[in-house]
Amino acid sequence: MTCIYISRDSGALCVGAEATAKKFREEAEARGLDVEIIRTGARGMYWLEPLIEIETPQGRVGYGPAKASDVPDLIDAGILEAKPHDKCIGVVDDYPWLKNQTRLTFARCGIVDPRSLADYQAHKGYEGLKKAIQVGPKATVEEVITSGLRGRGGAGFPTGIKWRTVAETPPQQKYIVCNADEGDSGTFADRMIMEGDPFVLIEGMTIAGLAVGATYGYIYLRSEYPHAFETLNIAIAEARKAGFLGDNVAGSGLAYDMEVRLGAGAYVCGEETSLLDSLEGKRGEVRAKPPLPAHVGLFGQPSVINNVLSLATVPIIMSDGGEYYRDFGMGKSRGTMPIQLAGNIKHGGLYETAFGISLGELVDEVGGGTYSGRPVRAVQVGGPLGAYFPREKFDTPFDYEAFTAAGGLIGHGGVVVFDDTVDMALQARFAMEFCAIESCGKCTPCRIGSARGMELMDKIMAGEERESNLAVLEDLCDTMKWGSLCALGGFAPYPVMSALHHFPEDFGAAKKRLQAAE
Amino acid sequence: MPRYEPWTPERASEIIAQHQHEKGATLPILHALQGVFGCVPLDAEPLIADALNISRAEVHGCVTFYHDFRREPGGRRTLKLCLAESCQASGVRALEKRAKEKLGVNMGGTTADRRVTLEPVYCLGLCHSSPAAMLDNEVYGALDEEQFDELLREAQS
Repeated sequence: MTCIYISRDSGALCVGAEATAKKFREEAEARGLDVEIIRTGARGMYWLEPLIEIETPQGRVGYGPAKASDVPDLIDAGILEAKPHDKCIGVVDDYPWLKNQTRLTFARCGIVDPRSLADYQAHKGYEGLKKAIQVGPKATVEEVITSGLRGRGGAGFPTGIKWRTVAETPPQQKYIVCNADEGDSGTFADRMIMEGDPFVLIEGMTIAGLAVGATYGYIYLRSEYPHAFETLNIAIAEARKAGFLGDNVAGSGLAYDMEVRLGAGAYVCGEETSLLDSLEGKRGEVRAKPPLPAHVGLFGQPSVINNVLSLATVPIIMSDGGEYYRDFGMGKSRGTMPIQLAGNIKHGGLYETAFGISLGELVDEVGGGTYSGRPVRAVQVGGPLGAYFPREKFDTPFDYEAFTAAGGLIGHGGVVVFDDTVDMALQARFAMEFCAIESCGKCTPCRIGSARGMELMDKIMAGEERESNLAVLEDLCDTMKWGSLCALGGFAPYPVMSALHHFPEDFGAAKKRLQAAE
Repeated sequence: MPRYEPWTPERASEIIAQHQHEKGATLPILHALQGVFGCVPLDAEPLIADALNISRAEVHGCVTFYHDFRREPGGRRTLKLCLAESCQASGVRALEKRAKEKLGVNMGGTTADRRVTLEPVYCLGLCHSSPAAMLDNEVYGALDEEQFDELLREAQS
């Protein structure tokens, strides 16, 4: 029997993987071929999806992109014997785009059947939890601190320090909250993990629970991810059945259980305090800090709130050691970052690599430039609140501090590429529009500022008193940046001001004035 | 294809009772109601308020805060088109124009025959294959004009 692997990740489904799998099954049946089709997560090389992989003694050999209509021809050409074909990319693990990565968080993604606990365990699954139970809560927290892991959601706060703060609160009901409200355009890493390797997230949350003394956890998942919702629920049920969740986690005598909750289309709920309010059944409005969620979090109890990727990275830190993880990366950015290449790009997908790779390398070499074939003009890094970078800044290394110094942020690691047809004034206007649509309304700079910002951009684009309106826009951005309660209003000025500073020609007469100002 | 039940307070109370014991039950209740009735009617608010022992204003504030919850059922099918940056970089503005023209509705509108509701969505997490759309729970990516027309036909069928 030959094993065939086809992804059921929604990134593969959206280009026809379901039809390809169905066609393969039908053809195999009609021809009497002895095959088993296993549905995996995605490798992250989305321009090759639907990707069919065949098990061979040398490893899995890939063919893609393989639409349903390509299947008969591929079988005729001897795909089951891994024979050559135009669409053959060779042994997938040796394919340069994948081979050049350092896959720690995504080690299993695209390889295992995400719904099979047995498959997870056969690929080092639950070794991190075993180690955490062995060494105990205190040493677990220390290990995470040693790793240097920082919050992958965007803020980059050290994960271990958060855990220690919660662990040090007196024993009481505590919670683990996973922020799976991945709303930034250009990001899909959380989705990939939840659809492709959900057990690693469950394991990470379980380790967190045991480490800080929390007995219950919630994954707050955005409603735009129905496939992830289904996969997570299947995986949680499997883990519970096998005793990895419940009153006696893996025989440790400790209790931890969890569930998935759906958001309802509010971008701001990706902000941790509004997420907590939403989980409590309220409007997702931002809370003032302090108190920190680590002290007064979900339902007023001490809570660890971490992004999907942070939690999904914990198992490998526990199994392979904090020092092993820390030895990747640069400066204060330790370990690896799952970078997501998106937008108008030839090779869109997930590229996990140690911190330090330059933006230009990512866009031009890894990403292969634009899909449209036109020159790259701008790149937005870090979602709708991230800055736009021109080519002149392509030497910026992917690192929290370097991006801050360059006037931007790495956020959740999304890189959206635009070609030379982009109108940067329109993009600046959209940043304000998006902020106005998604503002929770609690603080004035964000609620009113974004609406005024949109109006200002309309006037500027229409050439109405451009000079003075640009001055008002800059002043408004300054107010939003320093006066907003959370990152939505606080960072919305980044795309606006970066567009204005790097691409003044799109803002009409602004060019001369700005040069004089600098 | 969704088929919704007609609104009755009895059925609504039954659904609310299934979830009211959950911690922070408001969103699970609202999702469940919308799943059955296709929307969260104003009449549901006092029932939820009673069950959760919160004010009606709090329920109303919650329902109206979230983009997902509707006041009346949408069309038979819902087409969500992603309008976020990654899709903007990949030509979604042209597709948006096309959708509005071919369906004869604006964003958020439902066609006169009630077959399709067209909605904007800010990111489907398919940015590696922009532009992307979702028809009910089916995802579509790397859409060119031809494929998008096919999708519009499918939505209207």
